[in-house]
Amino acid sequence: MKLRQVLEDYTFILPAVGIFTIFYIIPFFFIFRLSLFEWDGIGRLSSATFVGLANFREIIFRDSNWWRSVGNAGWITFIALTFQNSLAFLLALACSKRIALRGVYRIIFFIPPILSEIVVGMVWRFIINDVDGANIVNRVLVCLGLHQFVRAWLSDPNTALNVVALVHSWKGFGWAFLIFLAGLQTIPREFYEAAWVDGANSWQVFKNITFPLLVPVIILVAILTILGTMQSFVLIISLVGGELAGYTSVPVLRILWVMRNSSRFGYACALGINLGIILVVASFIQYKFFKKVRNLI
Amino acid sequence: MKSIRAWILLSGLFFLGCSPPEVREKRIVIWHWMTDRQPAFQELAERYQAQRGIQVDFQLYAPSEAYSQKVRAAAQGGNLPDIFGVLSEKRDFASLIKAGYILDLTPYMEEENFAWRNRFFPQALAVNKFSPDNTYGVNPGIYAVPIDMVAIAMVYNKNLLRKLGFNPSQPPQSFEEFLNLGRKIREEKLQGLVSGWGELWLIYCFAQNYAFNIMGKEKVLATIRGEVPYTDSAWIEVLRLFEEMKNSGIITNKVVSMVNKTAEQIFANEKAVFAFNGSWCVNVYKGMNPDLDYGVMLPPRISNRFPLLVWGGAGSSFMVNAHSPYREEAVKFLKWLTALEQQSYLVRKTNNLPAIKECREDLPQVLVDFSRLLEKSTHPNSWDVWELPLVNETLARGIQAIVLGKKTPQAVAQEAQRVKERELAKKSN
Amino acid sequence: MEINYRLKKYTFTTIIHLFLLVVAVSCIYPLLWMVFSSFKTQQTIFTNLSLIPERFRFENYYLVLTQENFGRYFLNSIFYTGSVVFSIIIIASLAGYAFSRLNFPGKNLIFIIFIGAMMIPTPGNFVPLYVLLNKLHLRNTPLGYILCMISGGLPLSIFLFKTFLDKMPQELEDIARIDGCSKLRIWWNIALPFAKPILGVVAIFNTLNVWNEYLLALVVFDSKHLMPLQRALVVFRGEYLTNYPLLMAALTITTLPVIVIYLLFQEYIVRGIVLK
Repeated sequence: MKLRQVLEDYTFILPAVGIFTIFYIIPFFFIFRLSLFEWDGIGRLSSATFVGLANFREIIFRDSNWWRSVGNAGWITFIALTFQNSLAFLLALACSKRIALRGVYRIIFFIPPILSEIVVGMVWRFIINDVDGANIVNRVLVCLGLHQFVRAWLSDPNTALNVVALVHSWKGFGWAFLIFLAGLQTIPREFYEAAWVDGANSWQVFKNITFPLLVPVIILVAILTILGTMQSFVLIISLVGGELAGYTSVPVLRILWVMRNSSRFGYACALGINLGIILVVASFIQYKFFKKVRNLI
Repeated sequence: MKSIRAWILLSGLFFLGCSPPEVREKRIVIWHWMTDRQPAFQELAERYQAQRGIQVDFQLYAPSEAYSQKVRAAAQGGNLPDIFGVLSEKRDFASLIKAGYILDLTPYMEEENFAWRNRFFPQALAVNKFSPDNTYGVNPGIYAVPIDMVAIAMVYNKNLLRKLGFNPSQPPQSFEEFLNLGRKIREEKLQGLVSGWGELWLIYCFAQNYAFNIMGKEKVLATIRGEVPYTDSAWIEVLRLFEEMKNSGIITNKVVSMVNKTAEQIFANEKAVFAFNGSWCVNVYKGMNPDLDYGVMLPPRISNRFPLLVWGGAGSSFMVNAHSPYREEAVKFLKWLTALEQQSYLVRKTNNLPAIKECREDLPQVLVDFSRLLEKSTHPNSWDVWELPLVNETLARGIQAIVLGKKTPQAVAQEAQRVKERELAKKSN
Repeated sequence: MEINYRLKKYTFTTIIHLFLLVVAVSCIYPLLWMVFSSFKTQQTIFTNLSLIPERFRFENYYLVLTQENFGRYFLNSIFYTGSVVFSIIIIASLAGYAFSRLNFPGKNLIFIIFIGAMMIPTPGNFVPLYVLLNKLHLRNTPLGYILCMISGGLPLSIFLFKTFLDKMPQELEDIARIDGCSKLRIWWNIALPFAKPILGVVAIFNTLNVWNEYLLALVVFDSKHLMPLQRALVVFRGEYLTNYPLLMAALTITTLPVIVIYLLFQEYIVRGIVLK
């Protein structure tokens, strides 16, 4: 009987595991295996030479371009985790209450994620850039008398990355908003009503009911943010136009460059795995961090 | 309820999944990435079918990065089409040849006393040819057919030049003159030189042009071979040019954040006096601003010791799949495509330089000027040595940093040399 | 006192409204830019700085819609997106339910593998996928593409379902079990309705993914009649020259269905759960 029950349980995950094994696991092992080889991706597979962990050693010890791109992506992710997600959280809070037009806001806030990254890059480039755009930001600054802040936001190495981070947050907060909203909706109203009856004020309600119940959602959003932001690159191409001497370099751009320009498929696979390890570690840290925060409150 | 829906879905997928096996009638399939030329190609395909009775299918896969991925995957899967092109370095081309995917066209080129080969400009063939002692490890021969040519040089806006007090038919000849324009241009609130220097290869092209001017082609090749270091004073002089350009105001640091399309847009909108671009720009500018009055010039030389050479050679080339069952037909088609009538048609429709000598089509004046520059041109893909991509990237990124004011020419030269030595050491291990 | 309290409350609400408004305007401006640019001409799109064009060139939309095979590409995209999203919702919710509420050996290990897959990007996986599809004779077929896309969206969707279903109160399930429901019925009648909010998220997420996907489709498909909508955009984004107004028009047309899907599904998210 036990066996029958176990088999029954397995059928639930059978379609998922089946499709996944064929279309993900097998290609993954191909890539994993290739990361131990030196191959140009074009010639026959038999022309690949085994190099063991040499690719990984090279990444860790000698690829400063790679770590720079990881640092850049890390910075964008940091802004996303703090600025973008706090903004999304506040907006979700606001929209979960009975506020006028909240249905309209819900729709509008999700427009940025719907737009393709190319459009987002193009539009913001138009708004910010002075040479081939409307230069709106600088004009507004001049109007307000803040001449000293005028600069070439997208080509100044000091500001380019931050602009990318901001635009990225603009595009991404809609997702966080949506998931936070979904999470807030699942808190039963009875909890709130009981708290009001007990005379709790807004802050106490937040601290003792809303936040603790939302920690799983917060962790989810944090991990999704890390995964999504560390892998983004299309936005950078259409907004800034490239890696800007390394100042706006990001990991996936590096991987694509290696594949395309230096024709080192094996090395590119190793970079991909390296990125994966970084993401796993970062997500794990997020998870532990928020668990700790929850225990503290 | 659910099961009915599931069944409908499954059966629908089943039917669509099992499309009838493709019957392979005599048909030549060509993969390419040239969006702007697809209508012209399709017209030519129809003409060929009318003339010879064989169907030709031009399939477009764009943008070019996606195209390269498709070719790469198809090579591994053994599914390359009858005719296709290769977008990347000669090194990748060589890999494809060595893996046996590409048909050697030399016998066809040599037929009838080199009839086919002699049609082409030598530079057009040079990037598709491997000479007897090449370092790529490929059997010498010609492996692809050029269908157009490209030259990369400077263009200048005649109206704006006139406004600055210059004779528009006499653009600046020397680098000094060029730099001196910087201040005036800044006063007029214009851009001096624009180019897609967010794309590394264009920066590298510009730098190499001046390297030829300062130290001569031989020394450049020697550096690539590793005999001359990048820390040589000649190279530092090349790098310093960018610093001088920035200081004089002829370029601003925005130029390293532009893709070429942006630079083209700016030049077409008459907001820049000069642009560093390739002959494809003729078609582009015509689309963006048909009234643009501009001319072509060599980048102003800095030294008189050696000639300044620009990049010029084959634009796009097609090769034949060695495993294709229709390879003979494919070769015949390529011969037809590079005949006078078809080349003239392409020139007329797409404003690109022809690959064959005989084409005396009424080219617009700008294209004629570009084609004249081909005499003073060369191209890395026509040499038998090649520089390591990491070194090129270090140089190009270093130049970007120089323009941004973040690095000195010496520092960039040292870094490039360091990377070169490291990579060479790896190779010999 | 009373007035002070009212004042505080009104200023607070006003600030919130202002805040929401500013963010909303910044969200809507780019969409408006895209839509209005689609009515401009190639020359005026960058020179005319105002949002509204002088003359509305409706011809742009005509040009895009009469593009060769546009209708076919559109239908293809709808078909691919629909089948992938539908399949993922079924498959991922089944699996998510299993990981959350059932107990079987290897449960945690398999779940961790899914999570790990979500985190490790596989660049260049086109090559092995292409070879694989070739071997299975699924290359250049809708089924092959759909299966690849399902596989791509599974890890995150399973993760979302599982995390969400973890919060389902045990009582709901116990009541059903006492009533003699099989596990499958519990999944269908209890877990799925409870997970409506996250189902909405999963649907929207995967819709966006498949609808905007381009590279895999290009690599897998050779036949024009199988290509998705993104393929049509390629024609406007040429190698050297981009026809911006037409591109914007095409992008607007491409964005509309997604907005519709979003409007439909966001109701799910907001409706929340109803405790019986």
